[in-house]
Amino acid sequence: MNTLILRTMTPILVTLIVPFSVIVVLRGHNSAGGGFIGGLIAAGAVAIHGMAFGTVATRRLLRIDPLLLSGIGVLIAALSGLPSALFGDAYLTGIWLPAHAFGTPGVFDIGVYLVVFGMLSAVILGLEDGEGEA
Amino acid sequence: MALDFDAFAIGLLLAPFAMALLAPLISQETGRAAGWIIAIVPAGLFVALLSLLGPVASGKIVQFAVDWVQTLGLEFALRIDGLSLVFALLISGIGSVVAVCSASFLDGHAHRGRFMAFLMLFMGAMLGLVLADSLPALFAFWELTSVASFLLIGFDHHRVDARRAATQALVVTGLGGLCLMIGGVLLHAAAGTWNLSGLPSLAADPAAASVYPAIVVFVLLAAFTKSAQVPFHFWLPGAMEAPTPVSAYLHSATMVQAGVYLLARLSPVLSGTPLWQVPLLVVGGVTLLWGAIHALGQTDLKYVLAQSTIAALGLSVFLIGIGGETGALALAAFFVAHALYKAGLFLVVGILDRSTGSRDIRMLGGLRELMPISFLATAAAALSMFGLPPFLGWFAKEELYLAATGGGQLAWAALGVLVVGSALMGAAALVVLVRPFMGSLGSVGTPRSEGGISLWAGPVVLGLAGFSAIFLLTEVGQFVIGPMAAAIAGGAEPHMSTTIDVFGIPFWASLATWALAITAYRRVEWIRAYLGEAAGRAGNWTFDRGFDQAMFGLVRAGGGLVRLFQHGRLELYLVLLFALLAIALVLPLLGVGDWPAFAVPIDLTPMEWGAVALIVVGTALVVAGRTRLGAIVALGLQGLGTGLLFLFMGAPDLGFTQLMIEVVSVVILALVMTRLRLGSRDPRPLEDWLRDGALALVCGSALAALLIRITAEPLDRRLSDFFASSSAALAHGRNIVNVILVDFRGLDTLGEITVVMTGGIAILALLGGARRVKRAAGPAVDGGGS
Repeated sequence: MNTLILRTMTPILVTLIVPFSVIVVLRGHNSAGGGFIGGLIAAGAVAIHGMAFGTVATRRLLRIDPLLLSGIGVLIAALSGLPSALFGDAYLTGIWLPAHAFGTPGVFDIGVYLVVFGMLSAVILGLEDGEGEA
Repeated sequence: MALDFDAFAIGLLLAPFAMALLAPLISQETGRAAGWIIAIVPAGLFVALLSLLGPVASGKIVQFAVDWVQTLGLEFALRIDGLSLVFALLISGIGSVVAVCSASFLDGHAHRGRFMAFLMLFMGAMLGLVLADSLPALFAFWELTSVASFLLIGFDHHRVDARRAATQALVVTGLGGLCLMIGGVLLHAAAGTWNLSGLPSLAADPAAASVYPAIVVFVLLAAFTKSAQVPFHFWLPGAMEAPTPVSAYLHSATMVQAGVYLLARLSPVLSGTPLWQVPLLVVGGVTLLWGAIHALGQTDLKYVLAQSTIAALGLSVFLIGIGGETGALALAAFFVAHALYKAGLFLVVGILDRSTGSRDIRMLGGLRELMPISFLATAAAALSMFGLPPFLGWFAKEELYLAATGGGQLAWAALGVLVVGSALMGAAALVVLVRPFMGSLGSVGTPRSEGGISLWAGPVVLGLAGFSAIFLLTEVGQFVIGPMAAAIAGGAEPHMSTTIDVFGIPFWASLATWALAITAYRRVEWIRAYLGEAAGRAGNWTFDRGFDQAMFGLVRAGGGLVRLFQHGRLELYLVLLFALLAIALVLPLLGVGDWPAFAVPIDLTPMEWGAVALIVVGTALVVAGRTRLGAIVALGLQGLGTGLLFLFMGAPDLGFTQLMIEVVSVVILALVMTRLRLGSRDPRPLEDWLRDGALALVCGSALAALLIRITAEPLDRRLSDFFASSSAALAHGRNIVNVILVDFRGLDTLGEITVVMTGGIAILALLGGARRVKRAAGPAVDGGGS
């Protein structure tokens, strides 16, 4: 899959896709978007990069093991519910900054994003690993 | 004696279990006296229970209850009335005798302590069974007695026969236990209470008419398996593999009588209908005659007694079938008499076995001068079994015949059955008495000593009890037999007849019985030969072999079932899955008959029609595609169409997610295809095509029909309105879908992402494993293209 076109376009596409996925997550609370969709979009970026440059380079770019990233996402999502519990409300009650700019549901959504992104990247890179070996 | 009853009741139940824990230690430390020490507990219980004879006879029912599970209305309750008191007295009395005897019998055995512990465990369980007032407690103790019996039968576990007999007994009585549980639950459902004291007569209750037959069936099954009725009788001879004291205690006087106890206890509740009476009479009668005749066909004394126990149990069941006051009286009298003489006879057989090394009646003989004490004890017991006055057995027999008099042809038929059965049992008694002791010395040679007092004290005491009843006959009738019969008959006050009416039917029936018994005894060899010949003609099939065949068949069936479903082929697993899905979808629709109206007005814009066309084309290409990769891409096309449809219909989040899922799916599927080195084409035989296609069509159309039917109903908008109104106000977000996911149902989403992560771990594990296998296998064998 190591074609010239793919190798040229991939850096551009990745640079476009990843920030776009972040925007999708952040805007999700008020318009179409959200953690799941953002994660899926970002996973697509990993797929293309893996196809063009190979899994070793992609993993180096990611720096963190994608499954570990997924675990961190679960942790963030779980922890986002704690502040409300510490302040007396039920676990996972939303706490917001003034003027409702951002809040714990947003943090939760970021956790979801990381989980989906991490898991799909892990699976895709794992599959592409085998490809490169043959 | 004024006792603090609560403490007494708790002590009553716990003492045997406590002794069970101590028994191994006692057995080890005290050697010869161990039996006497261990017997203190049952003897003490016996004495304590004797003190209750007076109150119970005057009609007072002693009860004790403590709340167990309040929400279910379960109490742990004890009830001591005539029936349970007599049983309890016999259990503790014979228990103490057996404890002394078996400690001596097993003197020198390495595991004697364990044996005594099991014996005490059994005694505690059996006491609990007869004293329990709540059905769950009864059931628990019932099962505990089965377990204790298993441990005792298989005590000599080095022998295959013992293990097999123990397992067989456990399986048969365990099945009965299950039936008891079902029956108990149904009984609770019908009567509204778990307590036996509070049960009304269900036979007469029209409200319980639908569940009454089921209750009767299950209760009868439980009682028949436990009390070795035909066709479940085969486990009892097998149980003779146990040491003889066990046979004396469990398999003649107590455990096997648990079924009789159950029937007697539930007699006031369930009796009065043909459904109850007829099976009892038929099964009891058949068992009585079967056991009695087979007793004469045995050459091993222990098996003679075993078969005659089966006959006695059949007789008891038969008497419960007769019912009424006279039947109850007969049952009470017979039960007491039988327990005393049967236990005594078994113990004597044990002594004979120990002294001469043989139990074969063809080899024993002429021992009356060499073993006089055993002879006297045997005589007392056997003559009671034969039914000679002044032994207790005579009075029991009179009551039996009295119960069968009066009332047309059926009564005469019942009398006939009773006479023949009693006669054959009497003949068996003669075999046990005359063969080993009378005549000339048998081929077994001179016996060792009879054994110490511990061994023969038991049979002597039991025999004396059966004999001395005549001196206390009115007291026995008033305090023992009468209350027991009253409890069985449900409150009436029957009286045991203590006179010999020379002109009454029972007297003449007894004469006929003795004549028949002596005739049968003289023809014993002929009977034995006939039975052997009959067995040969039947191909030597016995119920025992039938049990083996049933067990083997069960295992084979289980294996076949596993092979049917666990074949290891993913394709067939999926077929099964979708077939079941199809059934699950179609059957409710067929059953309810609520088919959707198929004239559904479809009103779509041209753009939406375009998306639909995309879906149709994509699906068609998936099915008809010639290359695998093409099919995968077509799948993505179909998903794209669905995503567009969502977008057009005003669900942007859904559409977005669908689109992205589709893209990632295509990528992953293509990667998997190359990873697995699948061929570029997917050749499938026609049958598979048709099968898969039919399943897919059925599932799809059923699902579509279901959806159309559901959406034809007006939508319940309560949730939508709530979310629409409170999404912006409470959760400060205008994307309702996202707000639900991360705020309103955040906890669910937390669970979902945990599952996603775990799924990832699982997939990587599978991929990693496959990679190791591939490395080990070397370069790929088939050259499938990508």
